Amino acid sequence: MSSHSDMPVVIPSEARDRDPPGRGPRLPVPLHTEVLVLLLPALLLSLAASDGRENAYGHEAADAHDVTALRVCADPNNLPFSNEKGEGFENRIASLIASDLGLTLHYTWWPQRRGFVRNTLKAKVCDVVMEVPTGYELTGHTAPYYRSTYVFVTRADRHPAIRSFDDPALRRLRIGIHMMGDDYANSPAAAALAKRGLGGQIVPFMIYGDYSQPDPPSRLVRAVATDSVDVAVVWGPLAGYFAKRSRVRLVLTPVSPPSAAFQYSISLGVRRGDSAWRAMLGAELARRRGDIRKILEEYGVPLVSERNRER
Amino acid sequence: MIPMHRMTLVVAAAAAVSAAGACSAKKPEQRDTTRAALPPKSSVSQVASSAGNLRVDSVASLPAGSVGAQGSGEWWMPGRDFAASRYSTLDEINTSNARNLKVASTFSTGVLHGHEGQPLVVGSTMYVVTPYPNMLYAIDLTKPGGVLRWSYTPATDQRAVGIACCDIINRGAVYADGKIIYNTLDAQTVAVDAVTGKEVWKVRIGDVNIGETITMAPLVVKGKVIVGNSGAELGVRGYVVALDLRSGRQLWKAYSTGPDADVLIGPDFKPFYARDRGTDLGVKTWTKNQWKLGGGTVWGWVSYDPETNLLFYATANPGVWNPDLRPGDNKWSITLFARDPDNGHAKWAYQFVKHDAWDYDEIMENVLVYMPVNGQPRKLLIHPGRTGFVYTFDRTTGELLSAEKYQPTNWALRVDTRTGETIEDPTKRTHEGVVTRDICPSSTGAKDQQPSAFSPRSGLLYIPAHNVCMDYEGVEANYIAGTPYLGASVKMFPGPGNYRGELVAWDPVRARTVCSVKEDLPLWSGVLATAGDVVFYGTMDGWFKAIDAHTCAELWKFKTGSGIVGNPIAYKGPDGKEYIAVYSGIGGWMGAVAFPDVSTDDPYTALGVAGAVPDLKLKSAMGGTLYVFAL
Repeated sequence: MSSHSDMPVVIPSEARDRDPPGRGPRLPVPLHTEVLVLLLPALLLSLAASDGRENAYGHEAADAHDVTALRVCADPNNLPFSNEKGEGFENRIASLIASDLGLTLHYTWWPQRRGFVRNTLKAKVCDVVMEVPTGYELTGHTAPYYRSTYVFVTRADRHPAIRSFDDPALRRLRIGIHMMGDDYANSPAAAALAKRGLGGQIVPFMIYGDYSQPDPPSRLVRAVATDSVDVAVVWGPLAGYFAKRSRVRLVLTPVSPPSAAFQYSISLGVRRGDSAWRAMLGAELARRRGDIRKILEEYGVPLVSERNRER
Repeated sequence: MIPMHRMTLVVAAAAAVSAAGACSAKKPEQRDTTRAALPPKSSVSQVASSAGNLRVDSVASLPAGSVGAQGSGEWWMPGRDFAASRYSTLDEINTSNARNLKVASTFSTGVLHGHEGQPLVVGSTMYVVTPYPNMLYAIDLTKPGGVLRWSYTPATDQRAVGIACCDIINRGAVYADGKIIYNTLDAQTVAVDAVTGKEVWKVRIGDVNIGETITMAPLVVKGKVIVGNSGAELGVRGYVVALDLRSGRQLWKAYSTGPDADVLIGPDFKPFYARDRGTDLGVKTWTKNQWKLGGGTVWGWVSYDPETNLLFYATANPGVWNPDLRPGDNKWSITLFARDPDNGHAKWAYQFVKHDAWDYDEIMENVLVYMPVNGQPRKLLIHPGRTGFVYTFDRTTGELLSAEKYQPTNWALRVDTRTGETIEDPTKRTHEGVVTRDICPSSTGAKDQQPSAFSPRSGLLYIPAHNVCMDYEGVEANYIAGTPYLGASVKMFPGPGNYRGELVAWDPVRARTVCSVKEDLPLWSGVLATAGDVVFYGTMDGWFKAIDAHTCAELWKFKTGSGIVGNPIAYKGPDGKEYIAVYSGIGGWMGAVAFPDVSTDDPYTALGVAGAVPDLKLKSAMGGTLYVFAL
């Protein structure tokens, strides 16, 4: 995808023009890949120095009237969540919020992988990321605005729905799952399968995938359609969106019984301490709950009720 | 290698360890006093080893041809010579005058972040490669203070910065055939004309789109540039390539996992131990197709023995994380390979750790020496391991002569040199969802990439070591690429003994520590040994130290501007004087804790190393300076 050649940071040209007076320059446009690393700290310093404030929405600038832009960090290549064409549900929800609050919408694009929070929210190149799991330790966050579940994905014409990791059929099937990498972590399906001695049935797909291809994590869902695996265990929003677009009919069955490892509530992520900003976003999410739900349903996100939470 | 992203709850329960730099030279033994008093060649003693009845008759030498065509005052290769000895024959600076060392010049690289690696000196020019964006500076040593002849900045893909696991470091260049050759973080290899600074060739080796980066320093062997990739934690499949020195064209590629055809294993493959013999073990020791994400990258040091024509390197941990998911030995991860550089074919291999559960990535240096064992001269390969053991092999056959612990180590009891098997403590093996406490060493190992030095005069290997342990514990919500999941936490903390680092002078034949310097902070710098019997190393809080090669007594120290994670070199200037050069610039995996944007209350911080060095932020800020010292 040549459109990603400037990755990971592309700043729309209006970003600087619409900066409120007195706040100093944000980031130059466009940022050239070679200079970004060196330039960024210096620019942030100049930003801080220009008005003596840590950032526009921090506790030192608690007056929400000061806010004129919704600065979002998002992955430019990760549907159904976001992409740089604005086709993801995160993009839609961000637009909704910006329009309601009368804010200009700015994106900083950064792949969601190691260092995402460090290089985005913490580097103060944006003030919100559209999704973090509720309770996430790296950021502050709003109340959850949706909750989804991992699902088993199978072909309607091949295998009956799988509901549980205890289903004896799994012992004979090729089970596709996402691998997170080597950092002491993996998807909850990996742990569940390992615990049952089903590690040998696993067909691994790196969650990062090949970033030169569109929406790399989607490869796992496509593998079910093409019969490269018999069943896949996939995070709901990803499964829902790509199952809807599959030429082969796919069946999605939430992992049962529901558990903390397979269901997650999702919030907007903000910097810790940006409390006025967090409250403003939280109120907006609550006000637009119905519309946001409609967007999520349009994208095929399997929604589960907060009441089903099992802790 | 390892991990910066998922990481860990940094509980800085680590009581700050004091007692920095306490010298703990052990009581000199008969052999050592003899050696100190007499020229090396006359030092003769026969001491039975507790480890394996090994005997020593005299000190060591390097393999013939190890230094190549370079002069005694130059430094052309990462480890100075093919043997990776990091030994300089210069002796103007010695144990009597080292206390008079002073700064001769300094040079700011203009880049912050971890300055691993070492400069090169070719003729009257010094070459410095910076961390990303991987600039190359040529410094004219004939001008007072050093003046740039030129600088070169490669065109690179900045996405590599978001992929590299452990800071944006580079481990240096190699000089050959009029070219300075090095790797860029975005997985390219570049050759630059050493005189003009013009790019001669540049080739792409790996793909950042699938998580590949390159941080290692290449070695040039018989007209071939040997390069390996990084990124095991992202499911990258490890390999080594040989490039034509003239054009950069790829001549062979040897994967670390997969079928024998990919690993370049053929009929001439003769591992010493039965455990490493078989067909297509790079496939059969994995389930399904997991070897395709199998890790075993090659991001450390390469050495070469001209006498046996063998190339040596060891591979990284297996991918992906969670050992329960990859039943089997997971070959050829964490494996020492001996290869024929002409065609890449493996001659022997030894897997240090089967089915890794701790991230004991064994990409450490393999130092090649010639020493008498039981009265017989043996061609040795010494591998100071991340596992906490120093392994000494016969490099011609792959026979393990000894493997003894050099730091607190409890995941394994011992290594059986008859079978090559490690006798583990099963209670220290990690499993997802299971809490395992007090594992020593931690994932950072008893040492990491920072290379040792070997002095043929003392016959000792000087190992920059760590003493850090870890708890592998519970789970927490995490999130990547739009996907929430639960991950384990790792908490690191100082190991037993009230110190976190140690410079260990190790006798490879008797397999024991002769003397050492205990350090407050883990050592992340490499080591230099010289014919003046002086050993140099740096600390993460910026002290650069000279110690006596025989007694480990401190001779001199100097506080540089930032923590030292680079490797010192010695060279002779155009004025005929001996100089010592080292980078000062904290960073790397553990060193990232010093960065202002890495918070020590951030549970993800650098895979838990913040728990090991919670005080680092107070002891070093970022930097990027070359220091040069002389009498």
